Amino acid sequence: MSLQINVMIGGEAGQGVQSAGFILAKTFSRAGYHVFADQDYESRVRGGHNFFRVRASDSEIAAISESIDILVALNEESIGLHREELNPSGFIIFNADEVKDVADNKLFGVPLTSLAGDKIMLNTVALGAALGILEFDISILEKVLGEQYGKSDSGNANIKAAQAGYDYARKNYKGSFRLKYPHSSGISGKMLLNGNEAIALGAMAAGCKYVSSYPMTPSTSIMEYIAARADEYGIVVMQAEDEVAAINNIVGAGYAGVRSMTTTSGSGFCLMVEGLGLAGITETPVVMVDAQRPGPAVGLPTRTEQGDLQFVLTAHHGEFPRFVLAPANIEDCFRLTAEAFNLADIYQTPVIILTDQYLASSYATVDKFDLSRVLIDRGELYSENPAEYRRHVITESGISPRAFPGMSEALVVTDSDEHDEFGHLTEDADIRNGIVLKRLRKLNGLDRNILKPWRYGNESPEILLIGWGSSYGALCEAVDILKERGMDAGMINLNHLSPFPAEAVADAINNGTRSIVVEGNATGQLASLIRTETGRKVDGKILKFDGRPITPGYIIEKLEKEGL
Amino acid sequence: MVTINDYQGLESAWCPGCGNFGILRAAKNALVELELEPYQVLMVSGIGQAGKLPHYMKCNTFNSLHGRPVPPAVAAKIANLKLTVIAVSGDGDGYGEGGNHFIHAMRRNHDITYLVHNNQIYGLTKGQASPTSDTGFVTKTTPHGAPSPVSPLALAIVTGAAFVARGFAGDVKHLTGLIKEGITHKGFSLIDILQPCVSFNHKNTYEWYRERVYKLSDEGDYDSSDKMVALEKAMEWGDRIPTGILYQQERSTFEEQFPVLAGGTLVEQEINPSNVERLLDEFL
Repeated sequence: MSLQINVMIGGEAGQGVQSAGFILAKTFSRAGYHVFADQDYESRVRGGHNFFRVRASDSEIAAISESIDILVALNEESIGLHREELNPSGFIIFNADEVKDVADNKLFGVPLTSLAGDKIMLNTVALGAALGILEFDISILEKVLGEQYGKSDSGNANIKAAQAGYDYARKNYKGSFRLKYPHSSGISGKMLLNGNEAIALGAMAAGCKYVSSYPMTPSTSIMEYIAARADEYGIVVMQAEDEVAAINNIVGAGYAGVRSMTTTSGSGFCLMVEGLGLAGITETPVVMVDAQRPGPAVGLPTRTEQGDLQFVLTAHHGEFPRFVLAPANIEDCFRLTAEAFNLADIYQTPVIILTDQYLASSYATVDKFDLSRVLIDRGELYSENPAEYRRHVITESGISPRAFPGMSEALVVTDSDEHDEFGHLTEDADIRNGIVLKRLRKLNGLDRNILKPWRYGNESPEILLIGWGSSYGALCEAVDILKERGMDAGMINLNHLSPFPAEAVADAINNGTRSIVVEGNATGQLASLIRTETGRKVDGKILKFDGRPITPGYIIEKLEKEGL
Repeated sequence: MVTINDYQGLESAWCPGCGNFGILRAAKNALVELELEPYQVLMVSGIGQAGKLPHYMKCNTFNSLHGRPVPPAVAAKIANLKLTVIAVSGDGDGYGEGGNHFIHAMRRNHDITYLVHNNQIYGLTKGQASPTSDTGFVTKTTPHGAPSPVSPLALAIVTGAAFVARGFAGDVKHLTGLIKEGITHKGFSLIDILQPCVSFNHKNTYEWYRERVYKLSDEGDYDSSDKMVALEKAMEWGDRIPTGILYQQERSTFEEQFPVLAGGTLVEQEINPSNVERLLDEFL
């Protein structure tokens, strides 16, 4: 087993759980470790209970672990809530100024409030203490704190607070915890970012020039990241009055020739469905991000689920081609988002990127994105006689070259009504047939762009786990665990769901003796899709719909309990 | 030199005598008089009889969904500031289905012109009440009479629209002038157009309007920069109905907030993935 450590920071909203967690993750990353971190928060600004888990290892990791080595409890409640998750050798750092009368060798009290001076830095003192116990090089933390809080008084005060916690721990910690963390790994130059940031970067690299969204958890930070840099990068970010406006905005900008995107979550996507079909019939390229959260309706607003799959595949009445991409991890968030803009332009149709709260807000260390691999393809553009331009000209490929309004004398006409080749509304039966078939012919081309599922573990295994999107990391690790136990295990993870990679999935299932779908929903939506698309029935389903992420431990436990 | 023939579109499917013909003529006249070429103009319409108007012209056309012409119109303007963007709605489209977009586009002050064909009835669906139907107006779907109507001009003034006007489809010359003023005005320009529906509204007829409409420009001392006076005029509806520019102010547009738009159009911006290299470094 590789060297690894799992730290959880728990506290109430407003105590700096998120910032402390991020700083710790960044500190481990700077020390050269692979890091994976996730957040669990409630729909409130103050109070309640939040936690941030940071897992660091000297080998690659792509999922969280449920067991904790160090629990940093910023309030008393966190101790009770997470004590059972501790490893046998794990322990808890708590605030000795607030929690008294504890006699428990798993608990290490640090007077966080008095060492912090200002209670706003309580989290930083606790970080310092955790690293003190680990005998970690504090200069790395100080550097990260300096970057995070600036060289102002606030930055210096935080560095002092961290030092105070560090010194206290070094002096007073007499416990038995002995997981020393050697900071000598050779890995360096990794980025540490979350799924939403990767999507934002993918969009910016691809030349997205217009974003219109209505804020909705967990998608909002995509819009915020781009908005903060929009002026410098020549982008217009617009907060729409509602999701109906947002989708219609990006259809308007897309029609005018600008790469455009909207970001939302499930119930916002519900409102966008009308406009999705508008993009379909007007053949307007748009990119839509649905960062899923549990539904229906408001559901669990700050939690995670993979419940929108069947919805986004068929949303809207009528028939038109669409892409549905589900990034498997943070690299995929960047790569697939950048590619989504090409697919949208080439096929002049909506591209939906399906992530979830877990992927959106978890952090991982990744190799620096290679921008030379981001290629720009705007699709077929019209360059012939402007007077003869027909926006929806019927072609063999189904693709009608685009012109942009106002950029030449070509008049660009399109309609949400069925229309003729010129874009004017018509009810003629023959024209209707011709145009419908033209739009659907684009699917033949779409098929060529289907990504093969991710594969991991043994080829043709005895147990084949099948997942989609953000469960990728958990599936990989579950395969590792099964293999360590001597089992013949492998997995496939689909990041391309429409058009469906039917052939690859059918082949994989043919090879596997037992195929088990792992999904974050209650009905097994991928299992149904596989049945529809390949005619094959999977042998089992591991489902999770409590709003919490799928973990390797959960998969293994289910396999054991249910005899799968 | 652009002429009215350059704007000749498809044959219309409107009822003979429809108020829309006057609006179509006025829109063409205005564009020709402003010497705009068809390719420089984008009309974004919704659904309803009004939504068909761009097809009967000849220019860039985006015939959008019911109630939704404003969102694509404002975004197309952002994408290409060189375009003259005109959104076209009916009263159901603009003030009913699209009510929220209407309010917020005015508040943000996008630089587009919005023509709302207001016939106080649903024509395309054959005679149901609209948001502007007079109180008590009995239709197939409102047997007890329509509730009190929305006052689009008053709503526009309190919401922050910077150009609020009313025209009458029966006075093409006056309407042409208003459309020209609206297009020339920098910012969101609302032109609500009284439009007789000869098939389904037998109350608010050409004759009914002609007896009531008057031009604010004929009232020598009308001050269109006075918001409270304008609001009072916007509420005037009965024996006398004012037309003309009720309210106009200069204020900064949505587009002016964005430095990138001061430097040129979005659609002409180059795409270069390596530009974000520096952002990647921030994550190291």
